[in-house]
Amino acid sequence: MDTADVAVIGAGAVGCAMARRFALEGARVVVLEKGADLLSGASKANSAILHTGFDAPVGSLEQACIRDGYAEYMELRESMNLPVLETGAMVVAWTPQQRDALDGIEHQAIANGIHDVQRLDAAEIRQREPHLADSALEALLVPREHVIDPWSPFLAYLLQAQAHGARILFDAEVASGSFDGEAWSLQTARHGMLRARTVINCAGLFGDRLDRALLGEADFEIRPRKGQFVVFDKAAAALLRTIILPVPTERTKGVVLCRTAFGNLLVGPTAEEQDDRDRAATDEATLRGLIGEAEAMLPAVAGMPVTATYAGLRPATEEKHYRIRHRPERNWITVGGIRSTGMTAALGIARYVHGLYAHTSPHRQVATPVSPRMPNLAEHLPRDWAMPGFGEMVCHCELVTRREIEAALAGPLPARDLGGLKRRTRCTMGRCQGFGCHARLAALTEGRLSVPMTLPAGAEA
Amino acid sequence: MNEHRCDVLIVGAGPAGLGAAARLRERGVSRVLVVDREAEAGGVPRHCHHSPFGMREFGRILTGRGYARRLAERAIVAGAEIRLRTSVVSIDRDEDLSVLVTGDDGPALIRAFRIMLATGGREMPRAARLISGERPLGVINTGALQAMPPQLAAFRRPLILGTELVALSALLTCRGRGMRPVMMVEETPYPLVRPAFMALPRLLGVPVRYGARVLDIRGRPRVEAVTLGFPDGSAEDIACDGVVFAGRFTPESALARIAGLDVDAGTGGPVIDQFGRCSDPRIFAAGNVLRPVETAGWCWAEGGQIAGFMAQELAGGLPPPGREVAVHRGAGVAYAVPQRLVPGEGGLDSLQLRVERPVRGLSVAAGSTILARVGGTAMPARRIALPLPSGVTESLTVQTGPSA
Repeated sequence: MDTADVAVIGAGAVGCAMARRFALEGARVVVLEKGADLLSGASKANSAILHTGFDAPVGSLEQACIRDGYAEYMELRESMNLPVLETGAMVVAWTPQQRDALDGIEHQAIANGIHDVQRLDAAEIRQREPHLADSALEALLVPREHVIDPWSPFLAYLLQAQAHGARILFDAEVASGSFDGEAWSLQTARHGMLRARTVINCAGLFGDRLDRALLGEADFEIRPRKGQFVVFDKAAAALLRTIILPVPTERTKGVVLCRTAFGNLLVGPTAEEQDDRDRAATDEATLRGLIGEAEAMLPAVAGMPVTATYAGLRPATEEKHYRIRHRPERNWITVGGIRSTGMTAALGIARYVHGLYAHTSPHRQVATPVSPRMPNLAEHLPRDWAMPGFGEMVCHCELVTRREIEAALAGPLPARDLGGLKRRTRCTMGRCQGFGCHARLAALTEGRLSVPMTLPAGAEA
Repeated sequence: MNEHRCDVLIVGAGPAGLGAAARLRERGVSRVLVVDREAEAGGVPRHCHHSPFGMREFGRILTGRGYARRLAERAIVAGAEIRLRTSVVSIDRDEDLSVLVTGDDGPALIRAFRIMLATGGREMPRAARLISGERPLGVINTGALQAMPPQLAAFRRPLILGTELVALSALLTCRGRGMRPVMMVEETPYPLVRPAFMALPRLLGVPVRYGARVLDIRGRPRVEAVTLGFPDGSAEDIACDGVVFAGRFTPESALARIAGLDVDAGTGGPVIDQFGRCSDPRIFAAGNVLRPVETAGWCWAEGGQIAGFMAQELAGGLPPPGREVAVHRGAGVAYAVPQRLVPGEGGLDSLQLRVERPVRGLSVAAGSTILARVGGTAMPARRIALPLPSGVTESLTVQTGPSA
């Protein structure tokens, strides 16, 4: 049986970045994702902020990974055509107590190497954000906090890994496995037995269970933390330039108000502990609460239509820090407890983990990496609709063309379910939520998705 | 980029836009261009395979499709140009009005003296209603259900949410496609259509529950169950494989919002005066973009009427904007159109109203003077029109209640 160098379990943000790093370093990689498509777990729902790490614990692994991840994203983004919406962020103090906390946050930012932070007084806040509520007392401006497309980068990383030989398997939940001193044998229902010398556990919400199932022990326990979000209509995005961050608490970075790369305005997330690792449900009362919070910060948002609501689960653990552990004697690396900062930190985490691994298993680095160029989905940059020959407009709210749909259904990593198609194109994600395009998409995707949009013919009601 | 010029650009080739196009040409406006994002003109009635359409306009009974075709033919015969498969991206309201459009042949800029927004309405999706639960496959609006190719089934045992006419239409569509809806559910304690219509679900053996709210939608990857909550605090799980969100129409007013026009919280559509003028008086609006929701025939007539005001305005014959007075909504009034009135003669002759809940009595007052009133019980989701007095110079208030 063919033995890979590395099996990456999980194709979330961290798994995709991991597969890319190891493939670029010359390892033969296999990626095992239990979902039908990449980013189908914790990574599908986040606030899409590219963090500087200004408020990360000083000297922590998390801070180092955010810093390195940020730098690498900025380095590679042009070659992959990945967007950055340059917004800056303001940590806004709305109460005197919060204002007292700003000094500490500023010192922490500087200790973390973020030297370009600035304090803004109430007048300066108003000048920068005229629609923000008057009750903003003072703020710390972090100019290099930005907004990105939260999905395209990870597809790009996985495509790059694939271009350099990585095998990508979906519907590939690892049921069991054993280590014979040299390599792991991993059992999946759909793809049979796979062998890899080293396993990197990037299983997100199921990371502890995977460790326990295959190693017999886990250092941590995942405590899913739900975050609900509300997305306002594109008209609301004109009301705000900067990401508005609250003064964070020990537990969470709090509710954020920011634009999205797709031209909307987003408020969220909540932080709600729950046991269920699969079910990310929204509830009306909480969504109304979020809308209320948005209105309190940005009164002009009142009355703006809601475009979308969603909830995601963060793979929090009993402790705040990243839970990365290398077990060299068992050829196993666990990458766990990667929460909201993971989207920014993923590239840095991958480098760090490769550093742990390279001590034991060096390969020859790829000399000239192939960079897939991603179709741009960001509103502030040219989209496909601006180029002739797109066929037809399929999704009118998000201006998604048939050419874009066809491209996402083809290619080396085609969309395998509607969620995957949405993340690749933005179809149905606009204000009408598929009223206008759901039927057309059902026809265009017929026979082409692993989880079809419609039911198989013939079954009786 | 290609540039085009016209006198009036109409966005949307549904009944209102086509009615307006024909009227503008009849009134001597020379270059009238209608753009629509679809491949076929006619708007929503295209998807209605049933009668009756067209009594008012053509003096005969037509299906929705036939009616849509007739409306388009009439606009073309009158000399309007209809450009299909053309999406409007944005409206620039500088000194000149210009509209960025795109289609298969690439983007183009259309400069126009006047614009009419006739973008219609749509059902409100689940997200905008903040409905709790997961987001499985099989949760769609009636619009998506009815546009689905007949060989494709989004579900087989859906729950239908709503009791407006469109919900009954969804019920018929389901039955026509061999689906068996498990239940119709209405949030209010009463049906939103006239009670007699509710004989249809009874005849088809589909139970109807009133006063029920959706507390949860569950399932992966498809809908498996919906939890309903009732006013007495009880809850019930209903097994189903889909949910149709039927009705709760909302104007498709995105362009108005993005262009920075005033939008009314009551209707969700652009604010207009009695001539159909928006807060930028170079832009008019007509049809279901103004409010939820009227029949095709009403929209067609309204499009024509407001187009008449446009022609008048282009000839310098309308009272100038400015010095508007407001039409205020009292408690229980969902909306009132038009929302503002400019002093002067002419314009729409009725005030279109909807109520939020059943109310007894409805009136329009200027100060303490009642100008018009209707008796009886007004029901939500039903058309109410009160005569709009001409030459109004002070603000009006729409009031509810038996003494009103």
